Parts: sequence; structure tokens; C-alpha cells
Amino acid sequence: MKANVPRRSGSGLGEAAMVPVRLVMGAVDAPLRWVQRRLGIGGMATFFLLPNMLIFGIFVLLPFFINFAYSMTGGTALFLPDRTFVGTEQYARLFDCVNYADPNSCTEDTFWTAVGNTAWFVLLQVSLMILFSLVTALILNRDLMARSFWRAVFFFPVLLSPVVVGLIWKWILQRQGLLNFGLYSLGLEPHTWLNDRNWSFAATVGVSIWAHMGFYTLILLAGLQAIPKDLYEAAEMDGTRPARAFWRITLPLLMPNLLVVVVLVLIRAVQIFDEVYVLTGGGPGTSTLYLTQYIYETGFATQLRNPGLAAAASILMGVVLVILTLVQLGLGRKGENKGARK
Amino acid sequence: MSRLAEFIFRRRGRNGWHWTDIVTWLWLVGGLFIMFGPAVWLVGSSFKSPAALAEFPPTIMPYVTQKATVEGYDKPLDLYEVTRPDGSKAVLAEVRRIGIVAQMVAPEKPTDIVKVNIAERTPVRTMSFATTNYTEPFTHFDFVRYLWNSVFVTVTATLITLIVNSMAAFALSKYEFRGRTFAMLLILATLMVPLSVIMVPLYSIVSALGLFNNLWGVILPTVATPTGVFILRQYMLTIPDELIDAARMDKASEWQIYWRIILPLTAPALAVLAIFSVVWRWNDFLWPLIVLSRKELYTLQVGLSIYSGELNVQWHFILAMTVVTMIPVVLVFIFLQRFITTGIAGTGLK
Repeated sequence: MKANVPRRSGSGLGEAAMVPVRLVMGAVDAPLRWVQRRLGIGGMATFFLLPNMLIFGIFVLLPFFINFAYSMTGGTALFLPDRTFVGTEQYARLFDCVNYADPNSCTEDTFWTAVGNTAWFVLLQVSLMILFSLVTALILNRDLMARSFWRAVFFFPVLLSPVVVGLIWKWILQRQGLLNFGLYSLGLEPHTWLNDRNWSFAATVGVSIWAHMGFYTLILLAGLQAIPKDLYEAAEMDGTRPARAFWRITLPLLMPNLLVVVVLVLIRAVQIFDEVYVLTGGGPGTSTLYLTQYIYETGFATQLRNPGLAAAASILMGVVLVILTLVQLGLGRKGENKGARK
Repeated sequence: MSRLAEFIFRRRGRNGWHWTDIVTWLWLVGGLFIMFGPAVWLVGSSFKSPAALAEFPPTIMPYVTQKATVEGYDKPLDLYEVTRPDGSKAVLAEVRRIGIVAQMVAPEKPTDIVKVNIAERTPVRTMSFATTNYTEPFTHFDFVRYLWNSVFVTVTATLITLIVNSMAAFALSKYEFRGRTFAMLLILATLMVPLSVIMVPLYSIVSALGLFNNLWGVILPTVATPTGVFILRQYMLTIPDELIDAARMDKASEWQIYWRIILPLTAPALAVLAIFSVVWRWNDFLWPLIVLSRKELYTLQVGLSIYSGELNVQWHFILAMTVVTMIPVVLVFIFLQRFITTGIAGTGLK
């Protein structure tokens, strides 16, 4: 994106709407000139930066740091000064297991159930998401009629709110829903999908792919379109088969985008909450209980809420996310270098 | 017809069909049904009456059984088309049903009760849109209030985001000062701190500030988006510094430079950020769910999820409200899709 030369034309309505903005912006100018005289031009940088950094500090950095303090305290009190220091007790409680593979042998069995569910979810969702969005991107990259229409088709669910997505699919998967109607008209037995442990797990995977696939397809498509066409022409002249061209040209040149997408999908999948909470509420039983919901319920929702335990669990999740983000930044740098060398 | 088919299936380049062409078309058409189908089904269902919703097998369009008022009966009776033993057909109204036998009367002769096997009749149905699904939530529920809360949160948060982020981006792109790199890195590092990691302490901070059960408690933690600062800064870097120097020479204050020169020139990037911010804030769920516990403060998303989790889910209302919740986002999608797709492809941000 490049800045354009400003245009001095505007619609009458837009101009009218700008009048109060102009008045306010103009009115604050006089006091700010005074501030500028006191601070100097360089000091004005601090002034411009201040509101954003203040909000950042209060609502992101401060919670980030006191999260560690929270994870070291016990009790149900909300404010930090009222809480008792317990050291690493919360972490010890989370890790208190006879056998890590079996959640029932742990003191915090729901935490390990959530960890196990999330691990399976991430494994399945990430691999299927990459597969589907890659195939879709490859198909959209072909010489298609009305490509932007088809791109919009796959992108459409991305903008829907998770609550809407959850409700749409809850409605389709319910006992008298569209899916059962489809089975019924094929002469098959209807099924109560969301009451079945395995099917509701599969539903959370499928629905989250449906909702977010278009986003990753777009990134991959942008990567595919950046691959120079003459490479393929040269390959065709050399009599290279399309499959070989895919493995030798498309995939290696798409790799930077693909890696970014993999990490983005991973980071999102670890934090999955909204759609699932509306679709299954974590059930039936605990079959679709994922980490964020565990943290939310431990910290806020249950009768015996335990903010310290929730904080400890969220820090463990944060560690995983930081590792994934650092991997992404590393890969991004690598990709940039590749682009620069080309 | 064949002309049409020829037009649709016409392809550039090679002649003849390759298996990949077939896969392509199957994938695209399948995608069309899977991606749009559920939303279309939702909209269709939202116009059905509760009785039509409970029906199985369901119909795509909303139908209701026609009723007729018959002399001698208080309530309107359902009309059925009955096949008589001699093969003729007649429209009769059902009085009551006992097992598989229905007692029916002809609307013209309400005294003669005919017994009909229920296998020999089909309901007389007409298409009918239950618009009350849409109008009733506006009067019976706090729907208007939820809508207002969502609009307030979305608009306010977006405005503050635009102002605060653009000011920070201006400082980070057009001034040399100590700690500039540090500030930039700090902002980018917060990309690594998603809500799910800090929700417990954030909740306590918001409560300590007296913002629990307050729409500002939903708005403020979200407005200093690192992505916004990043997009705007990258854009402002392309604005030539000479413009600023010239303005300073004309005795413009730094504030005037910001809002009369930099902001108008950053309009395209501001537009992209505004679109993203509207979609983000409109769709926010987990944080409003934590901060808002009083019914009258719910946003649409929270209100919807609470209603749909109730024991007796009133699906006919839920579906209609879901459609209303979808409308702004669908409008954004239709009119501004181009900006969003180029925004995502250019920055990899959502």
C-alpha cells in the first residue's frame, strides 16, 4: 500500500459528519500548542504514544505480569492483596498425576482431560485445515471463471461470529436437523450427533475448519499467485509432468506461506473456545472440553472457583503459545530472507 | 441449455477435459453447498413457525398447514386433502384424532363427521413466513437492548482504536526518540499475549477499576490493538517526511500535522483497520461473557448464547435473532470484501 495524494472532494454528507470532528480537533489544538512548547517537538512523540501505551500497560502488560503472582496464590478471593501465597502449590496440583496418560489418575483430572482433548483437536484440526485450505487455494489458483466469486464463497464464514457459527451448526446437527434429514432421505438411520462423544468431537473439528478455512486459503492463494508463471512455462517446455511441477516448484516456493499458516492455525487451535462453547458447551460429559474452557470455568464459572489454578493453567498454555509464536517469527524471518534473495 | 453449459464449462487454455478439471468443479460446487448451505438453511428456518420447526422431515421453505374456522368449533381446524375410497378427493377439516383414525368434517357441512384413516390424507399447506419470529423478540425480549449494547461497543471501540492506534503509529513512524524500537517491540510482543492467557488477572484489574458489569470494561481492554498500530505504522512510513517539514515551516503544531496531514493521507489504512475492528468487536464473545453478568448489559453474542443454552430453547426466536446478528457482518462482506481480502493477503492479519 502506498499513500495517495489527498483528494479535496467529498460527499456532502461526509463533509457534514466531519464538522464536529473538525471542531473538536481544532479546539484541542490551542492547549496542545502549550503542551508542545513545554515538551518540545520530541516530547510530543511521547504525548502521541502515551494513550496507546497506557491502555497496553494497564490491560495487557500488567495482567501478564501479575498472572505469575496469581498462579502462586490460593483461595477464592479476587484481588491479589487478599490472596494467600502458596508458592508452587497450584502447579504441583496441576502436575499431580500417577500416570500422565490417564487423566483419572490425576488430582486435576479435568485439566488433563482438557489437555488431552486439546492435543487431539490440534492434531486433527491443524492437519485437516492445512489440507483443505491448500487444496482450495490450488483450485482457486487455476484459470477459473469468476474466481473472485469462488474465493468469496470459501471466505464467507470467516466473518461470521463464533456464536452464529455455533448456533448454525447446532441447528443442523440437532435431532431433527438438516444432516439427519439428509440421512433419512438416503434411507439411513438418524443420529443425535451432539449427544455422542466421538461425533461431537468430530463436529467441533469440522465446524472450526468450516469457519476459518477461508482465511488460510486467502493467505495460501496470495502465496501461489506470487509464484512467477514463467517457471511453469519453462517446466512445461521441458516436458515436466504437472505432479512433478507441483512437488518441485509450487510446494517449495509456497513453503514460507505454508509454514506461517501452519503456525497460525496451531496457535488458534490451542486456544479454541467460542464456537465449541456454543455448539457443545464442552459436552457430552467432558468430551469436547478444551483448555480455554477449562481455564474459564476454573477461574470464573464453577461454584468452587480457583483463580490461582486457572492462572497456573493459563501460564502453561501461554508458554506453549510463546514457543509457537517464536517459531512463527523465526520462520517469517527465514521466508523474508528467501524473498529478498530471489 | 447447451449454450449455457458451454458457457459455464468453457475453460481457457488446453482443450479437452483433464481429471483435475472434474475435481475442480466437484470441489467448487461442493464448497458452494457446504459454505453457503448452512447459512441459507438458517435463514429459511428462521421464518418457520414453532410447529413447522418441529416437523420431520423438514422442508426448506417455511410451510404451514391451512386452517379453517368451522361452525360449531371454537378453534380453527386443520385442513387436509382426503382421498375417498372411490378415488375422489375432498378437502376436510380435522376435528380430533384417535390413533390412526381421524374424525373429520367437511367445512360446508359441519354436522357430518367422517372417519378417515390418517394414511389417506395429506395436509393442505401453503408457504407462510412467520415474521413474528423477528418482530416478537423486539417486544418480548431485551433484544433491542442487546442490539444497542453491541452497536455501542462496536462503534465506540472502533473509534477509540482508530484514534489511539493512529497516534501511536504516528509517533513510531515519524519521530526519532530513545526507546522507539523498544516500544515497537513491546507492542509486537503483546501479539503473544492473547486473552485466554491473561483473563484471570485482567478480570481483577477491570473489577478494581470498577468496570465489571460495565460496557467500558468490554471496550477498553480491546482498543490498543497491536495489529492496528502495526498496519498504520507501515502505511505512515510511506508518507514523505518533507510534507511534515514543510508544515512545520508554516508554523503548524504537531497536533495539526497529525490530524490535518497524516490522518487524511492514512485514510486507506484507517479504512482497513476500521473494517477489521468492526468485525472483531461485533463478534467478540469470551471477554463480554466474563465481564457482563447483568442481563441488561449483554451484547448480542452473549445474549444469544445464553438464550440458546436455556432448557427450553425457543429455536424460532433464536434462529431469527441469529439472522439479525449476521446482517451487519454479511453487509460488510458484500460491500467491503475486497478491502478485507487484500488486507489479509497483504498483512496476514485477522
